[in-house]
Amino acid sequence: MKTRRIDNYGKINRDKILSFRWDKKNYKGFEGDTLASALLANNIGIVGRSFKYHRPRGIFSSGVEESGALVTIGSKDRRDPNVRATTQELYNGLEASGQNAFPNVNFDLAGINNYLGRFFAAGFYYKTFMGIPPLEWGKGTAIWMFFEKFIRKAAGMGSASGLPDPDTYEHAHDFCDLIVVGSGPAGVAAAIEAAEKKLDVILVEQDSLIGGNQLAENDFDNSQIKNQLENLGIKIMTRTTAFGLYDNCVVGLLERVTDHISEPNVNIPRQRFWTIRAKHIIVGAGAIERHIAFNNNDIPGVMTVNASKHYLNRYGVLTGKRIVITTNNDSVYETANQLSEAGANVTVLDSRTNLEIETNKSFEIRKGYVPYNINGSKKIDSLDISKSETINKSETINCDQVLLSGGWSPAVHLLSHRGVKPKWDYNNACFLPSDTKENITIVGSSRGLWNKNDCIASGIAGTTDALNRLGLSKTNYFFPKPGGWKNPIQPLYEVKYKKSRSKSFVDYQHDVTTDDVRLAHREGFISVEHLKRYTTLGMANDQGKMGNIIGLSLMAELLNKEIPEVGTTVFRPPYTPVSIGALSGRNVGKHFRPLRVTPMHQWNIDHGAKMIEVGLYQRPWYYPKENETLNDSYIREASTVRKTVGICDVTSLGKIAIQGPGSTEFLNRIYSNGFSKLQVGKARYGIMLRDDGIVMDDGTSWRLAENEYFMTTSTGEAAKVMSRLEELLQTRWTDLNVNVTSVSEQWAGVSVAGPKSREVLNNCVDDSLVITNNNLPFMGVTSTFLKGNIPCRIARISFSGELAFEVYVKSDFANTMMDLLWENAKKYDGCLYGLEALGALRVEKGHVTAAELDGRVTIDDAGLSKMASTKKSYIGSAMRKRGVLKNNDREILVGFFPTNLKETFNAGTIVCEKNNIKGQGIGRITSVTYSPELGHWIGLGFVKGGLDKWKDTNLVGADPVRNKQMNLKVVSPNMIDPKGERMYA
Amino acid sequence: MIRINCPYCGERDHSEFSYGGDATINYPSLDASEKEWTEAIFFRKNIKGFQFETWHHSNGCRMWLVVERSTVTHEIKSIKPCHPDLQKVVKNNK
Ligand SMILES: [Zn+2]
Repeated sequence: MKTRRIDNYGKINRDKILSFRWDKKNYKGFEGDTLASALLANNIGIVGRSFKYHRPRGIFSSGVEESGALVTIGSKDRRDPNVRATTQELYNGLEASGQNAFPNVNFDLAGINNYLGRFFAAGFYYKTFMGIPPLEWGKGTAIWMFFEKFIRKAAGMGSASGLPDPDTYEHAHDFCDLIVVGSGPAGVAAAIEAAEKKLDVILVEQDSLIGGNQLAENDFDNSQIKNQLENLGIKIMTRTTAFGLYDNCVVGLLERVTDHISEPNVNIPRQRFWTIRAKHIIVGAGAIERHIAFNNNDIPGVMTVNASKHYLNRYGVLTGKRIVITTNNDSVYETANQLSEAGANVTVLDSRTNLEIETNKSFEIRKGYVPYNINGSKKIDSLDISKSETINKSETINCDQVLLSGGWSPAVHLLSHRGVKPKWDYNNACFLPSDTKENITIVGSSRGLWNKNDCIASGIAGTTDALNRLGLSKTNYFFPKPGGWKNPIQPLYEVKYKKSRSKSFVDYQHDVTTDDVRLAHREGFISVEHLKRYTTLGMANDQGKMGNIIGLSLMAELLNKEIPEVGTTVFRPPYTPVSIGALSGRNVGKHFRPLRVTPMHQWNIDHGAKMIEVGLYQRPWYYPKENETLNDSYIREASTVRKTVGICDVTSLGKIAIQGPGSTEFLNRIYSNGFSKLQVGKARYGIMLRDDGIVMDDGTSWRLAENEYFMTTSTGEAAKVMSRLEELLQTRWTDLNVNVTSVSEQWAGVSVAGPKSREVLNNCVDDSLVITNNNLPFMGVTSTFLKGNIPCRIARISFSGELAFEVYVKSDFANTMMDLLWENAKKYDGCLYGLEALGALRVEKGHVTAAELDGRVTIDDAGLSKMASTKKSYIGSAMRKRGVLKNNDREILVGFFPTNLKETFNAGTIVCEKNNIKGQGIGRITSVTYSPELGHWIGLGFVKGGLDKWKDTNLVGADPVRNKQMNLKVVSPNMIDPKGERMYA
Repeated sequence: MIRINCPYCGERDHSEFSYGGDATINYPSLDASEKEWTEAIFFRKNIKGFQFETWHHSNGCRMWLVVERSTVTHEIKSIKPCHPDLQKVVKNNK
């Protein structure tokens, strides 16, 4: 094949020369080129190797349907694999390389696969590696997993860079009355008609230029159309693909903002992911020319007829010298004329015997002939042809290019996204879109209209349809009938090769041949969806845009059915690939999710805190001194709390203000324990159940006044509890006069814990009388002032088991409070403590948190039966003892010690009986810590039957993930100060 | 891609809302039997077509809404506040 640039053709800008690199060599092209047209202009015919057989692959098309010229663009962290060279615009400095080949596409060592073809037929990998007896039962999978990475590498597509993507992407939203997909004659007519009728219109075009397939015409100039559209106020979005249609007239667009620019402005995103909400959608997405399956139909130099026309008239590239065009329809003759006028020697093989065609007679038409076999390997040497009536090689034509047209397939993909099945049209040998009740109208060649005037008429009719459906008009309209060729198309999908082994490709990229389809049939994969998965036909990057119909027709023939009886596979979004970057948009790195910090966040950091994420919150984890490790630090902190005093930021707890005359009744219904008798000035620990009787959350509620409570929830469940309370008040108990307000952000909270905590607070409050043991007993609440006239709420609540207080101030006073408390705590050799020490303290006391209350646990399981009131009904009370929940072998909360106190264990350890270490065992460890008080590791967790059943038995902790095993002792979860004497001090 | 017309905030994307559940359940009283609660909690119809369901405008006004939505097409036929008093307010403001 000799492809070359010719003078006086094309719409490229020959004044603007662009340099680019292909497989490490320098080449030149022009502004307006695609990578494919520039490669062809430089006479580069082989641009890749195929997936399985590593056969040389050339450029088959000029658009998104390309299944041969998939290349890698860019380098290092900007390497982008599997880019269609046919849609990649050329820019100065573009770097591209071929894929699937070593050392390069011209000389590929794996080309040997071509001769081992029978080993690589459909289903080869599955059969070989997943089902070889005796490996089928279980082991086959492991073998497959072992070999898979090698196979994938050998058969692989281009590879990703493996580096973080340096580019930015954006999500954008827009609204309009009408969105028109496609700027061919139909789409443009529809858009103009709609804009003239005062609709707000967006026109979307995947190409860089508007015009659709008119861009392949030699006399087409889009500047006038563009002006007209712009003057009408139509928003034109080029380089933008409507990749999917979704519910309620939502269209997903991918706008390639800088993929065509050599050195893009770093402030501009690479791509934009648009969500467009329209009132009506008009799809004029065009049609795609099909190829024909015959032996060696993949040799570089094979192309669709329309692609050749594009390269000639848009890019000024003549794709061959001696060109054979093979067709079954009328669409090729204009191209044949133009190619021969441009200087090529053209022969047309038309499979039809009876046809009337007007031509300029500068080329030969062989009626009743079809292509039979291409001779050549890396380029076309000649074409064997056959009479269409009896298939057999009849003669050979010397040529360097074979152009194919097996008919046209309307792009029905977008409608398919909405679950609308296309219908087969026998007259035009193609699937046509069916009608839908949704506000979607199909126009142009997507409706099977083959001539321009019909397309324009359909565009105007489409807009009328839209206006009618939107209730803006009641005008009659009609769509032209599908078709438009003078001579009817004669279905032609495959020309069967007479020799035993053939390579007639249906899907070029995945190397699916007609024999593979027949093999699938023989092995029983006759449903279209099975055929697809077994052969991977239509699963390559082009998603079967060119080959699907051929595969269907072969299966129909094998089954002795018609194509519509065989069905069609469902096209799913995206129409063309969408990058992961565009899907994630700005939600990457630290913007992946919002970050919540407490008002004393900076104070904590300034005082040496190492932070940890808890839900969205950043919380102090531990406060290491000098060279302390996490373990050193938390053990010191926890011991200090037990010995003197510690201060801990607990602001992340959920905080809800509950106000109104119904408040007490409300709390009494949502908590499992009684709240009706809680006095003003007292707090109570409470447990909330779900409707089904499982524990949802625990927390405290403080009665500040007759009708006012302050509720705290766990950090992780705060949002859920708030929504739950609102739901109950708005949907179930609408007669209760209660208002709930989230005040989590408004209050900063700190826990002051340890035997010296009262002394520290004495120095910090205005009036130390308010916090004496008499005035503020255990679970007492007071509203008072810190020094400096700072209003605060103090409750005597203990999570650590020590004498402890929770102090809350308005968030603005957080730092002042911390300074004040810390200054005084230091006087008693106190410390700041973080989440790790907090955890150690609470595990020692057997207090549960989210690690234990994991949505499977009942009140009784958690050992909190005394928190379940028997004097009232509450949410979950009817259900908490249902069915399996009352079994007596439920897993109950217990404490664990390692039998050998020098040993350690981890949360997640499975608890088993000594001679029965398997499966899920009889329990699990949920939280562990080193206990400074006891001097060894301790754990909390669950075991079937609880403490009573196992207290004298040696159990085993199995930790297969960490390859650990240890002997365990079951103990009471209240591992220190079980009577709580310290708290009441 | 559902759009929900919140009676208080106006039409908003469904990503501002959280799905609740079946809006037609008559929850038994708290002292009702386990059997009645089991019926209410675990037995659901799998409706093909329009159903009443609750949505919470969690990233908006925090109102709980009854939305009549088609499970087939996502078409929304009606929207009202769950709370009867709020229903009255919405009606009076129309
Ligand atoms: Zn709202």
